[in-house]
Amino acid sequence: MAGKSETFEASVKRLEEIVKKLEGGELPLDEAMALYEEGTKLVKSSAKLLDEAELKVVKLAKGPDGAPTETEFTENG
Amino acid sequence: MERQIFEVSQVNAYIKSNFDADPLLAGLCVRGELSNYKIYPSGHHYFTLKDAESSLRCVMFRSSAGRLHFRPENGMKVLCLGRVTVFPRDGAYQLYCESMTPDGVGDLHVAYEQLKEKLLAEGLFDAAHKRPLPTYPHRVAIITSSAGAAVHDMLRILGARYPLARVSVLPVRVQGEEAPAEIAGAIRYANKWKLADVILTGRGGGSIEDLWAFNDERVARAIYASDIPVVSAVGHEPDVTISDFVADVRAATPSNGAELVAPDQAKLRVRLSAAQAAMDEAMRRRLKLSRQRLDALAGARVLLSPKNYFEDRRLTLDYLQHRLDAAARRRLDGKTREFAPLVASLDALSPLKVLARGYSVTYAGGKSIRSARQARPGDQITVRLSDGALRADVTDVEEEKHGG
Repeated sequence: MAGKSETFEASVKRLEEIVKKLEGGELPLDEAMALYEEGTKLVKSSAKLLDEAELKVVKLAKGPDGAPTETEFTENG
Repeated sequence: MERQIFEVSQVNAYIKSNFDADPLLAGLCVRGELSNYKIYPSGHHYFTLKDAESSLRCVMFRSSAGRLHFRPENGMKVLCLGRVTVFPRDGAYQLYCESMTPDGVGDLHVAYEQLKEKLLAEGLFDAAHKRPLPTYPHRVAIITSSAGAAVHDMLRILGARYPLARVSVLPVRVQGEEAPAEIAGAIRYANKWKLADVILTGRGGGSIEDLWAFNDERVARAIYASDIPVVSAVGHEPDVTISDFVADVRAATPSNGAELVAPDQAKLRVRLSAAQAAMDEAMRRRLKLSRQRLDALAGARVLLSPKNYFEDRRLTLDYLQHRLDAAARRRLDGKTREFAPLVASLDALSPLKVLARGYSVTYAGGKSIRSARQARPGDQITVRLSDGALRADVTDVEEEKHGG
């Protein structure tokens, strides 16, 4: 299950690759354009992830079978 | 007059009863230096307290010894609380010590120093054992009290800096008898079930007693054994707990712990903008290079096979122009900047600019043609020039043999 943080990390990594390739020069123009568009999309989607994210918090406790069970977290709870 | 005759045990019992009737001997505090300290397999501690002139034999039973916060050592100055009585078997009196504290400094302080020394010698604080924290903490486990300021501060800062993270709070007590076992247990549990990419544990500041759980050997060993990197965030400067020394990263406060765990989204946004700027710049350079090449080639290969060459380029450039325009619109919509120069440089590649230099495109049947073989004598063709078009009839077709 890829969460938002995982997606963000993958986007940033891909973005770094794209920048490196584009800065390396010598790509066919078509390929450069395709990378440029992909990169621009990633910048936008990553910024959107940050814009829309809200910290997800759960309380974890050992369930009856020993496995962790999630419940809603409330402070002082 | 007949002398009364006593058995040995009667004498000892008599002396013991006298000792035991004395209220002072029933509970007194003795200062002295430890010597001949021995711990028997039974768990009882035997030692001698001495000063410059005298010595006093002492015993501390296992039940009392188990409550010691520090490890008594020969030569240490201590205060012992207990009662003095006689051991009838040996006819010797001794101090039955119920509690012992280091003289001068607090016992917790001594315990702290001793544990620190021991764990240091074992290598628990080695820098080589410390792991780096993940750049992007997808899952963060917080091990602290679910009440109190610490968890509040941690969540507030995690939310502000890196709201993409998923946080699990494992509530534990952070002070009192149960606290060390609970904290150590939660750390092991998080590892067992691989609950997180990084663990943040700690509590707010307090007295040395309040922070004691984080000076507990069990907690220290659980942190050391954790496969998940651990950030220890206890109290306020300048408190440094044993947990701080063992942890992969030590934070000064719970808030600081959250800061060290999570990347700052403001910086991440700067990185995204920088990536965009780098791509813009690279693309601008790339297009400039294409234009220069096209210009250079215009005088050479174009003359050999003008229509082929021109048509290919025209289609490519139209296509790119379209995509770049679309990209530019999207970016401008998205309040981003600096796309105009890119479009301007593309404009230099526009087919119209090439036509202006004297080339033309030929259409037959509504489609551009790129080969002499696409037209036959009698066909009507349209020749597109920079400022207009010519309609013409084909009177003859001459095919050229060339290698291109």
